[in-house]
Amino acid sequence: MSTDAGLVASSPGVPVGTSTAARARAPLGGSTLAVLGVTPFFLFSLLFLIGPTLYLMLGAFQTPDGSLTLDNIAGLFTPSILSAYKISIEVSLASAALGAVFGFLIAYAIVQGGLPAWIRPTMTTFSGVASNFAGVPLAFAFIATVGRLGLVTVLLNELFGVNIYRYGFNLLSFWGLTITYLYFQIPLMVLILTPAIDGLKREWREAASMLGASRWQYWRMIALPVLAPSILGCFLLLFANAFGAIATAYALTGSSLNIVPILLYAQIRGDVLHNANLGYALALGMIIITGCSNALYIVLRARSERWLR
Amino acid sequence: MNRSRIAPTVIVTLAALYFLVPLVATLEFSMRMVRGTYSLKAYQVVFADPRFQATFSFSVIAALCTIVIGALLVVPTAYWIRLKFPRLRGLVEFITLLPLVVPPIVLVFGYLRIYNSSSWLPFTATIAGTNVLLVFGYAVLSLPYMYRAVDTGMGAIDIRTLTEAAESLGASRRTILMRVILPNVRAAILSGAFLTFAIVIGEFVLASLLNRPAFGPYLQLVGANRAYEPAALAMIAFAITWACMGFLQLFGSGVPGRRLGSTILRFGKRGR
Repeated sequence: MSTDAGLVASSPGVPVGTSTAARARAPLGGSTLAVLGVTPFFLFSLLFLIGPTLYLMLGAFQTPDGSLTLDNIAGLFTPSILSAYKISIEVSLASAALGAVFGFLIAYAIVQGGLPAWIRPTMTTFSGVASNFAGVPLAFAFIATVGRLGLVTVLLNELFGVNIYRYGFNLLSFWGLTITYLYFQIPLMVLILTPAIDGLKREWREAASMLGASRWQYWRMIALPVLAPSILGCFLLLFANAFGAIATAYALTGSSLNIVPILLYAQIRGDVLHNANLGYALALGMIIITGCSNALYIVLRARSERWLR
Repeated sequence: MNRSRIAPTVIVTLAALYFLVPLVATLEFSMRMVRGTYSLKAYQVVFADPRFQATFSFSVIAALCTIVIGALLVVPTAYWIRLKFPRLRGLVEFITLLPLVVPPIVLVFGYLRIYNSSSWLPFTATIAGTNVLLVFGYAVLSLPYMYRAVDTGMGAIDIRTLTEAAESLGASRRTILMRVILPNVRAAILSGAFLTFAIVIGEFVLASLLNRPAFGPYLQLVGANRAYEPAALAMIAFAITWACMGFLQLFGSGVPGRRLGSTILRFGKRGR
C-alpha cells in the first residue's frame, strides 16, 4: 500500500504535483490550502480503511504476544476452515458463472434482440434496483418464494404434485444460496455488459458476413473474443462480490452453512476458533482472494476498453 | 427477422419470471397473516412495532450522516486532486476502490481490534463513539460510489476555468467551493447520496458487530423469530431500494439506465 508515501509526499507543502507547467496554469496561491484540502481524505482512509486492514494482515503473521509466526497461516489448513473456504469458493464460482452466462444472454437479448424499445430501459432500471436489493430482505424474499412454505414450493406441490424438497432441494444449502445470490449477480452482469455489447460495431458484423462468415462464426471469431475480457472481468467481479457477502447467507441459513464470512462472523462474536490471530489469518485469506480477483478484473477491464471505445 | 427474435423473447421472458416471481411471492406471503384472507395486517404490525420505528430512524440518520461525511471528504479531495495534484489521482482512485477489495466484515473486525475500549483511540468505549465509528465505516463502504460519482461530475465541468473565473472576480476559496463548484456537482453528489442511502439503510454486518440498534440487525432478528413480518419488511426494503434508484435516475441524468449503469458499473454491491 503506497498510501504512506502519498501522505508524506503531500503533507510537507507545495512541491508535489505542481510542476512548473502546472503551476503556470494553476490558479494563484492556495497551495497550503490545497494540501489542507486533501489531508482529511488521506487521514481518514489511513485510519478507517488502510490501518485496520493492515493491522489484521500483519496480525495474521503474529502470535498473541507479538512475535512473528506462520502458525496462523498453517492453522487455516485444518479441515473445518478448509471446507469453509471450499464452500465459499464454490458458491461464489457457481453464482458468478451462472450470473455471467444469464447476464450475458439477457444483455444480448435487450441490446441486439430486436425487441420492443421499452424492454431495454425497463430491464436496466430493474437491474439497477435488483443489484442493490441484497442482504437480509433478499433472504426473506426467497424464503417466501422457495422456502418450505413459499409460494412456488406450495404451488408446484398443489398443481403438479411436485414437492421440490422431496427431490432434495433445500433453500438452506449450496444451491439455495446460489439461486438467491443470482438475484443480484445477474442484474450486475446486465448493467456492466450492456454497454460492452453496445460497443460491438455493426461494421464488424457486416464485414464478417460479406466475407462469408456464418452467424456462429461471427460470434465465435469476432464478437466473443472482443467481449471476452469484459465477460471474464465481470465474472471476477461477481466472484468477489459473492465471496464477501454475508448478510444474505446469514439471514437465510443462520450459521448452518459453513462459509468463510459466517465463520469469521462467529469468530468475531465469540472466538469460536479459540485463537484471535487465527481469525486474522481467516480475514487475510478473504482479502487475498477478493484482492486477486479484483486485481485481475482491473487488468481485464483495461484490455476490454481497448476495443470498446 | 422473426425467427431471430424467438430466442431473445424467451430469454427476456424467463428473466422477467425469475425476477418477478420472488417479488410476487413475497407480496403474497406478506398478506397471508390473517388466515383465509388477504390483508395488510403484517404491514400494520411492522409499522406499529416501536423497534421498527426506532431502528429505522436510527439507520436513516446514520445514512444521512454518512452522506454528509462522504460528501465532505470526497468533494474537496476530488477538487484539489484535479486542480493541483493530478499525479496523486491514481493513488486516490486506488484507495477509493479498496473498500471493494476488503470485505466489510474484515473492515469491522479491524475496527474492533484497533478502536476497542483499551486502545489508543477508544471509539467503542462509548455509545456516541461507536455511532461515530459506524458512520465512518459506512462512509468507507460508500467511498467507491461517492468518489466515482463526484469525480465524474467534476470531469464534466471545467473546474479550472470556473475556479480562475471566480478568482478573478475576487471570490475566496470557500466561496469558490461552496458557491461555484458545489452547485455544479450537486447532481453527482445526489447520485452518490442515493446509492449510499440504499447501501446503508439495510446494512447488517457493521451494525451487528458494533452492536448498534440499526435496521439491518432488526431485520435479521425479525426474520429469525417471525413468519409474515419478514415478508412485509422485504417488500418495504424493496420499495426503499426502488425509490433510491428512481431518485438516482431522476437527478442523475436524463438518459434512463445510462448514468445508473455507469455509476454502479464495475462495483459490485459488497458484503450485504
